[in-house]
Amino acid sequence: MLISMNWIGDFVDLDGLDKLDLIHRFSLSTAEVENEIFNKGSDIEGIVIAEILSVEPHPESKKLHLLKVNAGGSEPVDVVCGAPNVRVGMKTAFAPLGARIGEITIAPRKLAGIPSNGMCCSEAELGLSDNNSGIMEITDDIPNGTLLKDAYQVDDIVFEVDNKSLTNRPDLWGHYGIAREFSVLAGRPLKPIEKVDLSQYDGLPGVDMKIEDPLCYRYACIKVDNITRNVSPVNMRLRLYYCGMRAINFLADITNYIMMEMGQPMHAFDSRKVEHIRIKRFPEPFEFQTLDKEMRHIDTDTLMICNGDTPVAIAGIMGGLDSEIVEDTSALTLESACFDPVSIRKSTVRLSHRTDASMRYEKSLDPEMVADAIGRFLKLLTQYDDGVKVISALTDEYAYRYPAVAFDFDRRFVDRYTGIDIDDATILKTLTSLGFDVTQSGDVFSVKVPSWRATKDVTIKADIIEEITRIYGYDNFDVHTTKAPLYPVEISVEKNVEDHIKDMLVKRYSLHEVHSYVWPYYDEFKELGIEVEDNIGLLDSPVVIRRSIAPTQLCQVKINTMYAPDFGIFEIGRIADGVNAETNLVNEHKKLNITLFSKTCTLEQLYLRMRDMVAVLADDIKHQPVTFEKQEASHQWQHPKNLNSVICAGKKIGEIGLPHPIIAANIDKKAAIVYCEIDIDDFAAVPSAGIVYDEPSKYPEIEVDLTFRTPVFAPIAIAIRRTNSPLVRRVRLADIFDDETGRALTVRITFSDKDKTLTREEVNVVVDKIIGTLKEQGIALKE
Amino acid sequence: MFFMVNVDELRKKFTESLQNAADSRDIEALRVEYLGKKGSVTELLKGMKDLAGEEKKEFGQQVNILKNEIAEAVSRKVTEMQQAAVKREIESMPEFDLTAPPTLDRGSYHPITLVQRECEEVFRSMGFTVEDYAEIVTDYECFESLNIPKHHPARDMQDTYYLTNGQLLKSQTSAAQNAIYKKYRKALVEEGKPIKAVFPGRCFRNETTDACHENTFFQMEGVMVDKDISISNLIFFMKTMLSEVFKKDIRVRLRPGFFPFVEPGFELDISCLICGGEGCPSCKHSGWLELCPCGMIHPEVLKAGGIDPEEYTGFAFGLGMTRLAMMKYGIADIRDLNSGDLRRLSQFTQDC
Repeated sequence: MLISMNWIGDFVDLDGLDKLDLIHRFSLSTAEVENEIFNKGSDIEGIVIAEILSVEPHPESKKLHLLKVNAGGSEPVDVVCGAPNVRVGMKTAFAPLGARIGEITIAPRKLAGIPSNGMCCSEAELGLSDNNSGIMEITDDIPNGTLLKDAYQVDDIVFEVDNKSLTNRPDLWGHYGIAREFSVLAGRPLKPIEKVDLSQYDGLPGVDMKIEDPLCYRYACIKVDNITRNVSPVNMRLRLYYCGMRAINFLADITNYIMMEMGQPMHAFDSRKVEHIRIKRFPEPFEFQTLDKEMRHIDTDTLMICNGDTPVAIAGIMGGLDSEIVEDTSALTLESACFDPVSIRKSTVRLSHRTDASMRYEKSLDPEMVADAIGRFLKLLTQYDDGVKVISALTDEYAYRYPAVAFDFDRRFVDRYTGIDIDDATILKTLTSLGFDVTQSGDVFSVKVPSWRATKDVTIKADIIEEITRIYGYDNFDVHTTKAPLYPVEISVEKNVEDHIKDMLVKRYSLHEVHSYVWPYYDEFKELGIEVEDNIGLLDSPVVIRRSIAPTQLCQVKINTMYAPDFGIFEIGRIADGVNAETNLVNEHKKLNITLFSKTCTLEQLYLRMRDMVAVLADDIKHQPVTFEKQEASHQWQHPKNLNSVICAGKKIGEIGLPHPIIAANIDKKAAIVYCEIDIDDFAAVPSAGIVYDEPSKYPEIEVDLTFRTPVFAPIAIAIRRTNSPLVRRVRLADIFDDETGRALTVRITFSDKDKTLTREEVNVVVDKIIGTLKEQGIALKE
Repeated sequence: MFFMVNVDELRKKFTESLQNAADSRDIEALRVEYLGKKGSVTELLKGMKDLAGEEKKEFGQQVNILKNEIAEAVSRKVTEMQQAAVKREIESMPEFDLTAPPTLDRGSYHPITLVQRECEEVFRSMGFTVEDYAEIVTDYECFESLNIPKHHPARDMQDTYYLTNGQLLKSQTSAAQNAIYKKYRKALVEEGKPIKAVFPGRCFRNETTDACHENTFFQMEGVMVDKDISISNLIFFMKTMLSEVFKKDIRVRLRPGFFPFVEPGFELDISCLICGGEGCPSCKHSGWLELCPCGMIHPEVLKAGGIDPEEYTGFAFGLGMTRLAMMKYGIADIRDLNSGDLRRLSQFTQDC
């Protein structure tokens, strides 16, 4: 919202004060002011009011005219002018030689061969409006040669308040409310708004009006006749223009002017169209044409202003085309009203039509303004058009009053909230000047909140703290730390686990952490041949939440296939696994998903690399071994083979697998791709086995290599375990042989004894047992 | 003195042979030839048995001298050769080429992780716990418990991702506030332990994405509740924390801001990180950057968390992790963060 300092000056005397500094303080104490501040009128200098004395055609041009103008000097000035609206006797804005418009200083020049000693200006050229259809027409009786800036409020400082910072301040949606803030910041009194006394019309007949719906809080109207003025006074038009509104006609301009001044939207109907005003909703939806000529769908929740049963306006949003003021309108009915703010906002959302009026109504306007706005309207109307006649009494139905807000607070409350010492006098002065009714008794302050702050903004004691402190100024606060006692900071296991996993994967395995979205990548899935799985989804949308990160990560692998021949990515993110039928809450899980990509190693090598990575994570973080169990594929994107559950401390914590061959080929025909998913909470819940220190034996170890004809290591491991020998220290797969007879595995077993030097014989007993067990299963030693 | 002649001849012969020895094997052969069990010197000694008296003694001495001379010469020659070999090895060692670019086979953290960790560190050092929270929350958690009434625009469908079961993707980290108050209220009330917690997390807003807007982004919320927590404390903590986060002395200023869950609520600005407050294009010449909303926790919010607002007060703030990461690393397009594009993301490594 744009604010004119001239307008503010109507209500607070700002003479002698640094206005830019005040605006800055307003920004820090009240609402955010945009950075750019406009110095209106600074682009023009030396423009005077002049009268056209004669108009002659230009011999060389059909468009140009030769004028003699009286610019206040003793001699008329010869000017060549191209405007279509020139006529003898007309007063206009004239830039004499030496005057400045923007960067240009007016100098003598020839137009189509004839010298011109100055320039008649349009309002647009002077920055006074966007009207460029002809030169400015001045109807006021002002002596020729008067500086335009002396005649009108051309010079102004205009700033913009961020509307978002006003959402909770219905009182700041007009200049008067803003002026109140300036009066407090400047420490100067706020002048009342001049209005006419409406009680003088009490003897006139009322308007037939009735509120038939609780969504209308207050409705006031009055009938006016004999409005003859069409164009608004220059100063009014200037203010509207500076504040971002186009001047339309006198009546529409005053309506806008009141809205911009008091924040109260108003509407004028052709009286013939609103003889029986009813405010209500309709039981059936219908189409309605608003004055912008749009057809709009009105549903049963939208409040309407009606003439009997005929809708004439959408309450608080926009008037109807049929009841608009037209050429032959003689009497008009002025509306000033207050509606339920939530209803207005929801209606604008449904209609997708937000107006200056609805924007204000949805902030919870003060219904107390309703009648005052009519008083103000009539004041301006009669001030500028003395033939105007009021032909009805004020008809005012006040159906719903916001409850009065009043409460007590004490010094201690202020002290503990602020943490600084603000004295009683400051508290009293601040609140009083903001319009609060405050009395003090000992340490207790009793406040009554003014109506314009009581619709939603100020309701509790804490709100008063804001009023006191924002005016006191946060820059003036003495800041200090707390005196709270110290306790050790708890660090959650999950958080620790997550951090360690990230460090391990990044630092040891050189993986890259990525982030992704929680919904499927629909287009990319299609490209790779991944089907979207059914799951809990967004309301009124086909979009579902992902069941797994893996498919998403496959899409991310796809975009990186050119990044490097080998890489791995991971994410710790969340997935949804349907809805819990009992609680109706989504089963949300936090997962670690890793995907490895390689063009340099085989699928098996890559798979084992993943296996080792998982084992290292479990060993490093939980000091626990992991085992793997074959698992059936349950997702379309999984490879049916080589899907293994990761088991740690007897519980499944995740799985390692491959993407389906078709999907893998769609990513990269020549690359190996392996994924792994670990449930973070399940992994975090695994008890740590702790570090168990094992003193190495002082005696030498004996290593034995045995090569068995078997493609699988498990029987070897079992056979070794079955010996139950305390001498076996370590077991590892030392080598793999593939030949025409199949695969053979070399196991290297390390034996040691803590108490003595081992003998070959002791070792051989164990080795023979192992060989024997395997032989029984048909697994022979390789020759 | 035939024997003496033999000694001299042998010495002469040895000296010649030693000079001709090419490597350690030759020397070893020489040593064996002269000093071995059947070596020439040993043979000489054997001849001693034919001598007697002074002659025997004299001869014995001479042979022993020769024996020692040979042993010494052999040892000296071995050392020389070893030294020569080391010297040759050093000389023949090629110099490695370090001019080619090194292979940086290293991983990377997501920039959000880096910024988040940095902030967590700062808050931990000031006694704050770091909390984790769900992404799918209830209307109560995200709105109702935060004093956001049913008809508030923040709850509008067009801004929030509602799910078909009535839950929603949390639109703000504040959604964790209520649970955190309930988790720690007992310790606060019974043991006098202040509640000090930060909770980073992913948030969602139904927005059309472009270079500046994302529907998925990260925030970090923080709260502190105790007896007599004041606006003065809030300013102190914010200034101190932000100075730590940005690793320079930051000036902060508060402006009134409206958020339903705080009262009073503030917009917190920091002195521009680029120009320090002088005014530059980054801060639109104002010298200030709008950084985070904060405020004193609304009494209704404390009440909803089971905390008596007459007895306790607190402050809350919300830091935009995504925005911080973008500011810190000069990331121009917010969408890069969720792109998974390693050409971009692999650049973010440990940053101390």
